[in-house]
Amino acid sequence: MKKIVKYLRGSWALIVLAPLLMIVEVLCDLMQPTLMADIIDVGVASGEIANVWLTGGRMLGVALLGILGGAGCTILSAKASFDCGARLRQGMFDKIQTFSFAEIDTLQTSSLITRLTNDVTLLQMALRMMMVMLVRAPLTCIGGLIMAIAISPRLSLIFVVAIPVLAVAVTAIALKTFPMFAKMQQKIDRVNTVMRENLLGVRVVKAFVGQERERRRFSLANEDLMNWSMQAMNRMVLMWPVINAVMNVSIVALIWYGGNLVNTGDLEIGKIMAFMTYLMQVLSSLMMAVMMMLNFSRAKVAVDRCAEVLSTEPSIRDPHNPQRPENFAVTFDHVNFSYNPDDPEYVLKDITFTARPGQRVGIIGNTGSGKSTLVSLIPRLYEVTSGAVRIGGVDVRDMDMDTLRRHIGVVLQESLLFSGDIESNLRWGGGDCPGEELERALEDAQAMEFVSKLPDGVQNTVEQRGKNFSGGQKQRLSIARTFAKNPDILILDDATSAVDTETEAKLQQALRRRVGKGVTFIIAQRVSAIADADLILVMEDGAIVGSGTHQELIRSNEDYRGIVASQWGEEAIA
Amino acid sequence: MSNRGPGGPGPHGRHMERAKVKDAKGTFKRLMGYISEQMGRIVLISILCAVTSVISIVTVRLAGVAVDEFIAVGDMAGLAKLCFVTLAIFAVNILSTYFQNTNMIVVAQRISFKLRKDLFACLSKLPLQYFDTHSSGDIMSRLTNDVDNISNTLSQSVTQLFSGIINVLGTLAAMILLSPWLTLISLIAIPIMLLVTRFIAGLSRRFYREQQKNLGQINGYIEEMVSGQKVIKLFSREEANRRDFARINDRLRVSGTRAEMVAGLMGPFMNMINNVTYLIVAVAGGYLVITSASAAITVGVVFSFLLYMQNFARPISQIANLFNTIQSALAGAERVFQVMDEAPEQDAPGAADVPAIEGNIEMNDVTFSYVPGKPVLKNATITARKGEQVAIVGPTGAGKTTIISLLTRFYDKDSGTILIDGKPIESITRDSLRRTVGMVLQDTYLFSESVRENIRYGRLDATDEEVERAARMANAHSFIIHLPNGYDTVLSDNAGNISQGQRQLIAIARAILADPCLLILDEATSSIDTRTELKIQDAMLKLMEGRTSFIIAHRLSTIRNADKILVINAGQIVEQGTHDELLARDGFYANLYNIQFKTGMAL
Repeated sequence: MKKIVKYLRGSWALIVLAPLLMIVEVLCDLMQPTLMADIIDVGVASGEIANVWLTGGRMLGVALLGILGGAGCTILSAKASFDCGARLRQGMFDKIQTFSFAEIDTLQTSSLITRLTNDVTLLQMALRMMMVMLVRAPLTCIGGLIMAIAISPRLSLIFVVAIPVLAVAVTAIALKTFPMFAKMQQKIDRVNTVMRENLLGVRVVKAFVGQERERRRFSLANEDLMNWSMQAMNRMVLMWPVINAVMNVSIVALIWYGGNLVNTGDLEIGKIMAFMTYLMQVLSSLMMAVMMMLNFSRAKVAVDRCAEVLSTEPSIRDPHNPQRPENFAVTFDHVNFSYNPDDPEYVLKDITFTARPGQRVGIIGNTGSGKSTLVSLIPRLYEVTSGAVRIGGVDVRDMDMDTLRRHIGVVLQESLLFSGDIESNLRWGGGDCPGEELERALEDAQAMEFVSKLPDGVQNTVEQRGKNFSGGQKQRLSIARTFAKNPDILILDDATSAVDTETEAKLQQALRRRVGKGVTFIIAQRVSAIADADLILVMEDGAIVGSGTHQELIRSNEDYRGIVASQWGEEAIA
Repeated sequence: MSNRGPGGPGPHGRHMERAKVKDAKGTFKRLMGYISEQMGRIVLISILCAVTSVISIVTVRLAGVAVDEFIAVGDMAGLAKLCFVTLAIFAVNILSTYFQNTNMIVVAQRISFKLRKDLFACLSKLPLQYFDTHSSGDIMSRLTNDVDNISNTLSQSVTQLFSGIINVLGTLAAMILLSPWLTLISLIAIPIMLLVTRFIAGLSRRFYREQQKNLGQINGYIEEMVSGQKVIKLFSREEANRRDFARINDRLRVSGTRAEMVAGLMGPFMNMINNVTYLIVAVAGGYLVITSASAAITVGVVFSFLLYMQNFARPISQIANLFNTIQSALAGAERVFQVMDEAPEQDAPGAADVPAIEGNIEMNDVTFSYVPGKPVLKNATITARKGEQVAIVGPTGAGKTTIISLLTRFYDKDSGTILIDGKPIESITRDSLRRTVGMVLQDTYLFSESVRENIRYGRLDATDEEVERAARMANAHSFIIHLPNGYDTVLSDNAGNISQGQRQLIAIARAILADPCLLILDEATSSIDTRTELKIQDAMLKLMEGRTSFIIAHRLSTIRNADKILVINAGQIVEQGTHDELLARDGFYANLYNIQFKTGMAL
């Protein structure tokens, strides 16, 4: 909560002033019925037209003052809530920028997106409501009560019955209904899931002629949703008869009791009318207050979710005295690693090797053997559990993260482009790269051929996630993006899986040309991609089970021989 | 251009600009079709509406009567009677409101249900092309937002319109009967109210649209950047993104504040106009009570008027807004109907179901293009005898997957003929054709159900034993039993709880279970490491035995033993033959093969 309150700073003046203006409006509203009663009881009773006019004038003045208060509150509260919302959103976005992969994995991308969008908007609206309604409802309620008691304490006995009945009934119904709405939301999610699956998996559905089955599945979810919605809503609308009943009975009671008081001379007729207006005001504001409480319980969830983001501390931080490496040799020194510190089983076990400047390192092994995890420790995307990763003798933990990552270029398995155009994507690693460098990057990544065929060349639009390009094209563009950064340490994490063999071979050649004084890591499924590497690491179940050149491994390593045989046939290892 | 970073001005907002309704009348008519199914209830709701409206008009007058005829003259017995009558009327009113509400819920939910059902049914009949050319997010939003919008606004606006009109007319009549002069005076504020409402609504709509646009933009940016966090870290883009975000965020702040300010003014304004009306009635009423010699205007009449004015203002502003609500519901309906109007996949007249096929495939001179004028497959001629294994190789985008899509009729060829067991492919119904084909596709799609159900998708009537046998054959059994709940493990939404390779194994098991006459493997093992692949190779060979199979693969090692290899480049079949024949020819295939195998071997 404290974390969130911090973001109100800078808007305190508005946050205090807006409710004050709202008080003005409420007070003005509260004065109207009493003034009206004066017209009837004083003006009309005595037959003095001048008095009627005078009181009418006062009412007009009060109405004008009221709108000044109301409009003022609206304007100030809108400004305050949007300012705070924008600050909070920025604060959270900035915070997320500092997260390491570990935090993003725990909080989950999709959840982060919802927090940053829906939750912040919800909070912003809650703040606004708080400034407007949280003042208005209780004030109207209490003010109306006071005015009513001032008119007639005895008549006010009606409230003693009406208020508790209304409050208890509305709260009870709401408490019973809200869990059902949560359930209904689940049903909505289910309908959406089935639908989404049918859209994304349309090929599978068609291929296995599953339309009939899917229709049934959808129908089930759909019916379920309809039934639950009806149940939840039917319970919700119980609210209105209850509210109606309380109001109506109160009005009848007022007329009957008030009439008797007039008869005994204890009350004037005009005051009954004023009282009725106060009665309505009090009861409806009470209802509003209850509904608001319930809404705030939703906001509470949003507060917690936002606060969680803000209070998550990045597990990876820059050192106090950053050091710079002399060269770009990469050393793993007895590295153990697990994603979850509580997990006794390491994902990487006692990894030790050195890659010297200018070397090409190939990594091969089964799915899930820890290849990607290993390379992600080099740019310090995750922190080692024990041991050390060093670049040019300097522990990556002693380097400035920005500097470290500027030296390293990684092409991930899943190639992700960003909306914009091709050039802006290529310049992602730094804007100052000259045009010919970009062209060379495209050439080397074997992307020039298709890029030059596009209507707008490098200016061609890239849609969100690069969905207007094929898998192979996306991979080549993300390779070009990394080339354009001109990194000293290059890591290709199975980055050519969607590229055909011929193109891949050309890419490998270009890669060889590009390696200078740095180190290149290549994770691959195909032996051909890494066979000529200076060092091949064979991984199995989180450990290195063999290292050396192709020839050495063919001679000595059973695992490697198995892999080669499976791709090139038995004759290749004979 | 370097500052025009990604996520800059782009049309990727989540919130679509609400489209203008093109054919309002036609759309309305179709919607009425959905509504008319609920006609019984709607009539009932309307009657109940009328009842409550009349009751509220009568009871308000009763309050005035109570003041004039009983309280003013001190007839307490009469007052008590009147109070009892009023209570009875109120009881009717409460019941009537309740049933009105519950029936409205049923109507709205049934319309939603029917719309969703029809939409889904239509979608499941659409050809693949539709899904390839339309974003799933957009279709989803039609199913959720648009459908809800339609059913809610419709059921509400129908009743609102009805009860609003009755209320306004009834109240007006009652007021005129009581006092024409006071009626005239108290209505002075109504036109002002309407004008102000329209002015504010128009202004706020414009600002609101701008806010929605900015909101869509920032949501799009957040979505893109948060899901791209990993790449952002690798490229040290944090600072640049922070600046971009601040810019977009500020735009939203400014437009949002403005929109809220204007829209928020509506409340205080309406409040003021209520107050002014209140004072006008009070002053004019008081004036008339004093000056009119006759008893035409009494204190009770003024009382009734004060209450009537509250009844009057609300429905009028509601009706004024109704046009906009209906307009937006129609726009939503149009988007839903658009999907329903797409041409479904239809079998040719006279197409027959085939229970099974032999597996003799013949493609003659087939040409196909996704975009007219840009053929991706040109004059392709392919034959496959029963039981043959046909491999298709070639560079990315050469048209390999297209051949498969034509064989399964995901798409229909432009020209040429495709014969299955000598019969034109069009003479076979799509469903029965696909039932004879087993496919393992490039993108393995699994459903958020248990592993068992996902495998069973291959053949819906398979027993649990058959499912497990298929999993064993696909070499998936060993990892499945290690999942938290074994075969009953429910795959998460995006199947994040198993790896890409494991997903492919499940997809292979699914195809094995289907026991098809014709087998298609489109890059089926691309994400499985080579050693695991070797292990399932056996199962695959067994599966292919006696069945005509089409295999697409990047790794040439997988297809070396195929009976026939088709080499395809730029939409044309450039070579075909066995592995050895093609190597001997020393052409395109030999070149591909050498690149893939000899680069490593040369060392």
